[in-house]
Amino acid sequence: MLKSLTDAYRFIEKQREIRTRKLQSVSVYVCVGTGCSAKGALKVYNKFKELIERENLNVSVFKMDDVHDGILRKTGCCGRCSSGPLVSVQPYGYFYAHVGVDDVEKIVERTLKKGEIVEELLMIDFETNQRVKSLEDTQLYKRQNFYIMEDIGKSECDNIEDYMGRGGYLSLLKVLSSMKPEEVIETIKASGLRGRGGGGFPTGLKWEAARKSKSDIKFVVCNGDEGDPGAFMNRTLLERDPHLVLEGMIIAAYAVGAQKGYAYVRAEYPIAIQMFQRAIDDAKRMGLLGENILNTGFSFDLEIKEGAGAFVCGEETALLASIEGKRGMPRPRPPFPAESGLWGYPTLINNVETYANVPRIIRDGVEKYRKLGTVNSPGTKMFSVTGPVKMTGIVEVQFGTTLRQIIYDICGGLANNEKIKAVQIGGPSGACLPPQYLDMPLDYDTLRSIDAMVGSGGIVVISEKTCMVEVARFFLDFTKRESCGKCVPCREGTAQAYRILEKFVNAKANEEDLKNLEFLAKLIKTASLCGLGKTAPNPILSTVRWFRPEYEAHLRGVCPSGSCTAFKKYVIDEKLCKGCGLCVRSCPNGAISGERGKPYLIDPEKCVKCGLCVEKCKFKAIVVA
Amino acid sequence: MERTYEAIEQVLRKYNYKKENLVKILLEVQKLHRYLSRDVIHYVAVALQLPPAKVYGVATFYAQFSLKPKGEYTILVCDGTACHMEGSTSLIKAIEEEIGIKPGEVTKDLKFSVDCVGCLGACALAPAMVINGEVYGNLTAQKVKEILRSLRGDNDAQKSN
Repeated sequence: MLKSLTDAYRFIEKQREIRTRKLQSVSVYVCVGTGCSAKGALKVYNKFKELIERENLNVSVFKMDDVHDGILRKTGCCGRCSSGPLVSVQPYGYFYAHVGVDDVEKIVERTLKKGEIVEELLMIDFETNQRVKSLEDTQLYKRQNFYIMEDIGKSECDNIEDYMGRGGYLSLLKVLSSMKPEEVIETIKASGLRGRGGGGFPTGLKWEAARKSKSDIKFVVCNGDEGDPGAFMNRTLLERDPHLVLEGMIIAAYAVGAQKGYAYVRAEYPIAIQMFQRAIDDAKRMGLLGENILNTGFSFDLEIKEGAGAFVCGEETALLASIEGKRGMPRPRPPFPAESGLWGYPTLINNVETYANVPRIIRDGVEKYRKLGTVNSPGTKMFSVTGPVKMTGIVEVQFGTTLRQIIYDICGGLANNEKIKAVQIGGPSGACLPPQYLDMPLDYDTLRSIDAMVGSGGIVVISEKTCMVEVARFFLDFTKRESCGKCVPCREGTAQAYRILEKFVNAKANEEDLKNLEFLAKLIKTASLCGLGKTAPNPILSTVRWFRPEYEAHLRGVCPSGSCTAFKKYVIDEKLCKGCGLCVRSCPNGAISGERGKPYLIDPEKCVKCGLCVEKCKFKAIVVA
Repeated sequence: MERTYEAIEQVLRKYNYKKENLVKILLEVQKLHRYLSRDVIHYVAVALQLPPAKVYGVATFYAQFSLKPKGEYTILVCDGTACHMEGSTSLIKAIEEEIGIKPGEVTKDLKFSVDCVGCLGACALAPAMVINGEVYGNLTAQKVKEILRSLRGDNDAQKSN
């Protein structure tokens, strides 16, 4: 327990020394984020533990005088989930990918004991196709701007001492010892930090409004309800560096004058919740959270609230209702939460990533921070890149980076040399952009100028094989289900728009439907109550705008990508068919007929296009036209 | 029956019978029975001095809650953007073929239940599913069937012991 600011400064200084020495000695970091855990990282971790104990390796290295005296450590998500489980060995910097339980012995014998590289486990750089020694050597690493995600692969996710050893909580100490709340707010304002949750509202202004609201009781809330399908930046951040978010929240509480905070995290992220809870407990133990923090007279307590699976709770007023234990339904603004939020008290609410930026800004100062990014969108942004790219995962780049740089230079482009048809950015509220925008710099204002948004930062790459109408249908299916039902335009509008899109996909749409769809989309956008309703039709508007020919082709009975089942025709190639009859037995609807030894025929009237016959045919005689 | 209410009572006590903790309470209570029954909703409502309709409203609002019994193995198939494009539909089909239930349903022996969920945040492993908290990634129809078979097998083995 740290009793004063001086105490804390001394403690951090000591932790820094320990960390420097720690990194010079042999140690293993196993990534235990959701991605790696799903691929068996915990089994790998336990195997390491078993072998290290058996071989008595803990003794051979420098012994720490604190809790963590082992050489085996857990690190948070490195963002390269597709290559997991990931293991890095310091001080060599070796970075092993796809590590299985059976590989652990090799690593222990060769790397831990002798310092040799286990060549076959190294990551392959997609550009050179060579194995690279460490993460820092890969192109995907060099081209990113790790700022929020500093010390990737050599930071511990469940150890407050390690965070302090990286200079963590120094920003908090600086704020508590030498800055007035107003100065903190001025700094954030000057930094130009904008909300990372989607809207891009200037964070400093939000803080100022919350500060100016007069009330004895104020709250600080962290929005970790990352419901966008295809986005997992917040999850990554909470799993890999929970203290960074926590420190940001404590500073925010000091700046606006709040005593109590809530972190709202989705129940679908059990590891993130566990890590963040641990961070809260450790910070309390240290005296960095709770009553009279470091004897400065400032008190702040924090609690995690689990979300229960409602996308709309990402909207701030809905999230507040959910924290109060009610149905998570939005309400009209104003009053804004900064004036009247939780239980009617002024409440500051920011995204996980926004809070994570705060300690960095305080540490580096406004000038240095603004060197990253563009004039109106300073700093970096984490994006989660998914779809048929070679390297899926989290990337962190400065604002102003182009989509092409992210997709090709960092993620290695598309697998199997497919072509990009579109890039979906910003989740269900975002837009599908055609390839001509690949070279546009990504920042809040540029995206807004073409009716797209950064959103929380999900990027889904869509290849030529995917049908854009189906993509729109997919998103509307999502928003229709997630609409809270409070306002009519969103509740009924999304359901009707979905029905029209279903007609398109099922080859039943006509010209009138396309007109109605556009009208409806514009109506939902104008008339809905909350941000989610207003942005729900964006997938329709953007696909109609950029991929109109595809909609029109569906009216003519063609799906250009060939992915909509209703437009498929199954035909038997007479030249290839040997007349074996296997397909007849596989067909659930009795649509195939013929004589043994002669080519068979499919009755298009009866065919339900299930594709079972294609799987069964040994001669590849059944083709989809 | 008494014993079950005792467990609910413990959860309520843990959260100080506070209305604001309703979502958390329901989440934990649900873990006891794998669903929220009518009786349980009434019990919680009375204990928190809320109209049962309010509790019912919350229970039906959030996707995590179920008013129908769930299987011993709750299968959540991710149908987020990335998984959808990588073929989550074929996983759902495979599950139906193997154990005969569609999303939202439960097998008669209450062993398995299936649901579709928005996004599990495991997009890099698409398509993915979660069974009782354990994430399975990079799935194919074949792999899904194998997983289900082994779960069923494990269980039968336990029974015979």
